[in-house]
Amino acid sequence: MTQITVQRWTPAAIAFALAIAVVLAVLAAGPLIFPAGFTERLTALFVYVILGAMWNALAGYSGLVSVGQQAFFGLGAFVAILLSNAGVPVYAALLLAALAVGVLSLPIGEVMLRLRGGEFAIGMWVLAELAHLLVNLDPLVNGETGTSLIALDAVPAAARRADTYWCALAAMTALLGIVFLLLRGRIGASLQAVRDDEQAAASVGVRVLATKRVVFVLAAAGCALAGALWLATAITFQPRAYFSVQWTAYMIFITLVGGIGTFEGPVLGAVIFFAVETLFGALGVWYLVGLGAAALLFALFAPRGLWGAAQRRYDLRLLPLGFHVVLPTTGRIIR
Amino acid sequence: MIFLNQIVQGVLLGGYYALIACSLSFLFGVMRIVNLAHGSLAVLAAFMLFVLADRAGLSPWLGLIFAVPAMALVGWLLQVAVLERSLRSGLLVPLLSTFGLAIVLDNLLFEQFGADTRSLSPYIGDLSFDSWSLTDDITVGRLDVLMLCVAVALLGGLNLFLARTRLGRAIRATAEDPEVVGLIGINAHRVYAVATAVAMALAAVAGAFLAMRTTFDPYSGGAQLIFAFETVVIGGFGSLWGTLAGGVVLGVAQNLGAFISPHLFLIAGHVVFLAALVARVWLSGRNLRWLRVRAA
Repeated sequence: MTQITVQRWTPAAIAFALAIAVVLAVLAAGPLIFPAGFTERLTALFVYVILGAMWNALAGYSGLVSVGQQAFFGLGAFVAILLSNAGVPVYAALLLAALAVGVLSLPIGEVMLRLRGGEFAIGMWVLAELAHLLVNLDPLVNGETGTSLIALDAVPAAARRADTYWCALAAMTALLGIVFLLLRGRIGASLQAVRDDEQAAASVGVRVLATKRVVFVLAAAGCALAGALWLATAITFQPRAYFSVQWTAYMIFITLVGGIGTFEGPVLGAVIFFAVETLFGALGVWYLVGLGAAALLFALFAPRGLWGAAQRRYDLRLLPLGFHVVLPTTGRIIR
Repeated sequence: MIFLNQIVQGVLLGGYYALIACSLSFLFGVMRIVNLAHGSLAVLAAFMLFVLADRAGLSPWLGLIFAVPAMALVGWLLQVAVLERSLRSGLLVPLLSTFGLAIVLDNLLFEQFGADTRSLSPYIGDLSFDSWSLTDDITVGRLDVLMLCVAVALLGGLNLFLARTRLGRAIRATAEDPEVVGLIGINAHRVYAVATAVAMALAAVAGAFLAMRTTFDPYSGGAQLIFAFETVVIGGFGSLWGTLAGGVVLGVAQNLGAFISPHLFLIAGHVVFLAALVARVWLSGRNLRWLRVRAA
């Protein structure tokens, strides 16, 4: 009789976990060793990773395509300004803003999560437009004139740059960690069952709405934190820039190119997006055409994205997320 | 009386919304997909007409003779190149691919035409400003009345087309079950292609009226998509006359909002849309509970 063992921590996964620890340690020393401009750019990269990971958690793991995540991105920045003006220390305000937006997303999810497919997609967009218009009504923001994070303007530039960098790095690590733990736990299995077939999932006892709710709130709070961090780097808040549907376009590009429905995909996608933006951002319109075309082509011809394709081809499993069945006689690994 | 005027203007505005929504509603009814590039495609048609009017001196009405078939061809290509492929692979792909297409279209139009706002109103003579006075306070624009009539005619025509013609019946059958219709000799791919072509021809008309009644620029598509979608949802997905009702409700809500404060024009529309969503979720929840009680 052959003995079959089930493996989660493959040797590759152990090696990769160590590599992640090293990369994080180097990044943590970032502001001390990198030039100022690069530190600032890396902060942007961390925000992109957060956005990609949040959008992927929605679309890749729960089948919720949102065209309105910029609602939470903008609200995160706006609430951070409100809290900071009310006397909350500025970096605490960023985190509190994310939590506040997370709470706000609960009642929103109650309605939105009952919509399907395209209805959810554009329903969220309408919500983002509404949030934009309502924020414009605030006399502090005064329409498209905007305002700024005054408290942070008082901090010397070098200290501000380093602190914001560390906040963004911590936020990215924490959010990726939360997504990872969610996926490993019961919710991860429920989520993927819901994404693949909602009715079938419900029939085997998955609590569909409750599962979606967890991801919706996480994605709202995560995008809000990304918005608050973006505000900390940009200082100025102009509603039009924060509530722009462009952010969703970025999230879709990052997730689709990297690999929708894989944990590693959005991280890879964010790095690619970052590189593309750095190289071609100056091209303006053609750069945006390229982003849209890439999203279109990946959706049609490579729906698994780069990471998904690589995973399939080389049987890569860098994170201990799935289970592997190992046949002892041949040593073959079956997924 | 001014209040009544707001309502009348709202109803007329609803005609425009029904016009931009009927293509979206039709395509959803047949293929169960929401085309996120809908607004951008209507704007594309508007630019076609603008170029014909500006460079060739062709009146927008004559321009439609070219723009409608051109857009129908675009629809056919859209089906063959994008939707056909995405229909096979689940719900996500049509949304993502049409969103990508919208970004490409918007930015290509921007590259070609720049940020200037354009309008077709200089090319339609008196129609752009002529109006009829009903009472001292209420005047209705001739273009607005024309739009409402065209919306009613198109929605009625679509209904007749779907109910009476052979092709219409084939479209309805395919909407019910694209695989089974193959057994009775209907080619689902062809039906989808025809339906997309019809939807884009409708979008061309919508784009024409968008350009005649107001100004537009390469990035106007997003707002048009949102208005169209709100109209369809308020009226109930899949019902063509519901689309007309939805447009009127949206138009009246926006005008009454603007009557209270100019800021509230768009906000009132969004709020009514969200209220319609909440109402529908609440109603369907009640239905389910009622069913469960009966089953027990």
